[in-house]
Amino acid sequence: MKRSNAPIFWSLFGAGGVLSALLAPVLVYITGIGVPAGTGMPSDALAYPRVLAFAQNPGGKVILFAVIALFLWHAAHRIYHCLHDFGVHPGLPTKLLLYGSAFAGSVTAAVLLLKIGL
Amino acid sequence: MTRLPYVRPMQGWWRRNPYYVRYMLMETTSVIVGLYAGILLVGVWRLSQGQAAYEAWLAALRQPWAVALHGFMLLAMLYHAYTWWKVLPKTLPLIHVGGKPVPGLLLSAAGWTATLVISAAVYAAVRWWGL
Repeated sequence: MKRSNAPIFWSLFGAGGVLSALLAPVLVYITGIGVPAGTGMPSDALAYPRVLAFAQNPGGKVILFAVIALFLWHAAHRIYHCLHDFGVHPGLPTKLLLYGSAFAGSVTAAVLLLKIGL
Repeated sequence: MTRLPYVRPMQGWWRRNPYYVRYMLMETTSVIVGLYAGILLVGVWRLSQGQAAYEAWLAALRQPWAVALHGFMLLAMLYHAYTWWKVLPKTLPLIHVGGKPVPGLLLSAAGWTATLVISAAVYAAVRWWGL
């Protein structure tokens, strides 16, 4: 019997779900509301030298990569299954497009973080 | 003579019951998770291009419509976090402690608590210790 690839995608979906349940609200608040609108955050919290230092730190790179890649895989998997619930029955091309986007986004994030250097 | 088989129409099935509406709302939060990953990815890309490019990204986030969009996204992410931990007990095998099954609500409560503690820690880290 051919082994199913479902557990891999489900694991990535689950990992992204846990990470986003833990971090997405506070991150959206910080980067999208707190710093830009100056509510509850100093406006220089995301200043270039600070964020660059974070992205140059190996631990910071891992966090940025994990957040971007796992959020993308979570979204791709859940959107794919949600389309079915909405009465759209996606085939292989849709699956390739969604999971391919998550893959491309993950690779792009890794390449950019390596380019930013140490 | 053959007749066409009856196929129950499924169009709009989820609008017939508030429980299903909440289910679909929970599932569509994934669109926002993906959108936010895209926004962060653009941020990392702009960061890799240097200070001017990164500051242009920050300036875009300061647009009123961008702040409003993030306000909406924050609500979606809170709903995602709430529902993710709420359904957690249904996705796990039963866990037994001392021969007794751990109640689902306790597992959900542990998840909600983890989100609160980590959110507070991240907020404090970014605000007072500079990332």
